[in-house]
Amino acid sequence: MAHEEIDKVTGVSTTGHEWDGIKELNNPLPRWWLWVFYACIVFAIGYAFVYPAVPLVSGYTKGLLGHSQRASALAEAEAGRAERNVVGQNLANAGLEEIKNDPKMLEFAMAQGRAAFGDNCAPCHGSGATGSKGYPNLQDDDWLWGGTLADIEHTITVGIRSTSPDTRMNDMPRFGADGLLDAKQIRNVAGYVLSLSGNSVKGADVEAGKQIFAENCTSCHGEDAKGIQELGAPNLTDKIWLYGGDEASVIYTVTNAHRGVMPTWAGKLDPVTIKSLAIYVHDLGGGT
Amino acid sequence: MGLMQKHVVFERNSIVLLIGILIVVAIGGLVEIVPLFYLKSTIETVTGMRPYSPLELAGRNIFIREGCYLCHSQMIRPMRDEIERYGHFSLAAESQYDHPFQWGSKRTGPDLARVGGKYSDDWHVAHLVDPRSVVPASVMPAYPFLKEMPLKAALIAEDMKTLRLQGVPYTDEDIANAEADLKAQVNPDGMTEGLVARYPKTVVRDFDGNPNKLTEMDALVAYLQMLGTLVDFSTYDDKANLR
Repeated sequence: MAHEEIDKVTGVSTTGHEWDGIKELNNPLPRWWLWVFYACIVFAIGYAFVYPAVPLVSGYTKGLLGHSQRASALAEAEAGRAERNVVGQNLANAGLEEIKNDPKMLEFAMAQGRAAFGDNCAPCHGSGATGSKGYPNLQDDDWLWGGTLADIEHTITVGIRSTSPDTRMNDMPRFGADGLLDAKQIRNVAGYVLSLSGNSVKGADVEAGKQIFAENCTSCHGEDAKGIQELGAPNLTDKIWLYGGDEASVIYTVTNAHRGVMPTWAGKLDPVTIKSLAIYVHDLGGGT
Repeated sequence: MGLMQKHVVFERNSIVLLIGILIVVAIGGLVEIVPLFYLKSTIETVTGMRPYSPLELAGRNIFIREGCYLCHSQMIRPMRDEIERYGHFSLAAESQYDHPFQWGSKRTGPDLARVGGKYSDDWHVAHLVDPRSVVPASVMPAYPFLKEMPLKAALIAEDMKTLRLQGVPYTDEDIANAEADLKAQVNPDGMTEGLVARYPKTVVRDFDGNPNKLTEMDALVAYLQMLGTLVDFSTYDDKANLR
């Protein structure tokens, strides 16, 4: 590179590139930029010593701080649990009634229950716990499997028709689909069922329906059709319908049956969280 | 000309510059990529992991086809808030049979790495057909056609062969039974011993609520319901796997 040319105006040497008489100055990099660049290199060397960095033959350099993302995440999660356990510990050992009657524990359980509900339960039961078709409203007084604190806790723990071996489970027969009743009989029994809450089905013989109900339905729904919570059989007289209370919906339900599923939360949520959820849900619309 | 001026050689000769770049990039690759293939700590083996069953794999293909990964990640990061909400952080081994992996980089919807078993099949079907019917504030698009589209079961063995080339340990037996296994997983009344032996923890159910038809909905729900369920964290040793 035999080139050495100083630009007369600026006194800076040029790169020797020339386009139509325009020459490129060979200005040095700005000082501040250069020093930041050098500082970054020094920082990187320091970082490599302090944090895990260099792969070796059978491992890697752990760094002077011994940092581990997994360890710190686990420690933080553990610290969070410990913080909660100041009050939460009492919850682990306390009975549900006891928690309900202790203002401090109740406040904690309600707060934790609300948070856990939003994360885990709201997708089906709704963020306001009002449910939707196929997903029970938890605000009302109607409970399929019982609305006491213990019932609610058990339902959350084992689920309904879930993968848990202890799951709550019942199987309403598919009266129409499996040929147990014919279409006329189903219409009659639907007419009887709807007459209990002051509605009717066109062309249904309520008296005949009552007879069919007595023969097929009372073992689960009870003589008075008010349901049996131990069996998860709903009350049919209260105008609260999980799968719709119009003529077509009731006929569909008798014909095909519905077998809704609630997952088991044991193993996914810890027992204290499940207790808190039971308290929270009971507070929404629990019964005795 | 001092040492600092020597770069002129590179700047003025494109071939020399190209060779220089190749050498520098090769050094970076050697240091950063090669150790991943031999370091024990980067090849985590975890009990319970298995390749996807044919039906789950078909569901995964639909997940990718519909672009679910654009809004849903499958990667619970090792941070407290993520652990509290989604469960144990994701392990590398949990995506070891994913080609391509579905970690994602954006969460418009929630993370799905451990969504398996969290909701019922009915919920997933209702939610995919019309998300607003169960989550009023949802911005997810609706996928009602999944319930109608018959699943192309015959092609699944080809998929598995391709994945085998990429290192997923499907055996000849797995591939020979692929289509039969796929159909067995939606038929709780049929023979499922072979399927469950080949793919432990496989859940056999009619997933889409319509036992008469094998649809894309069956496959997608089967896939969603198995996500994050293979590793049993009650027996997983966190302390031994810190890094």
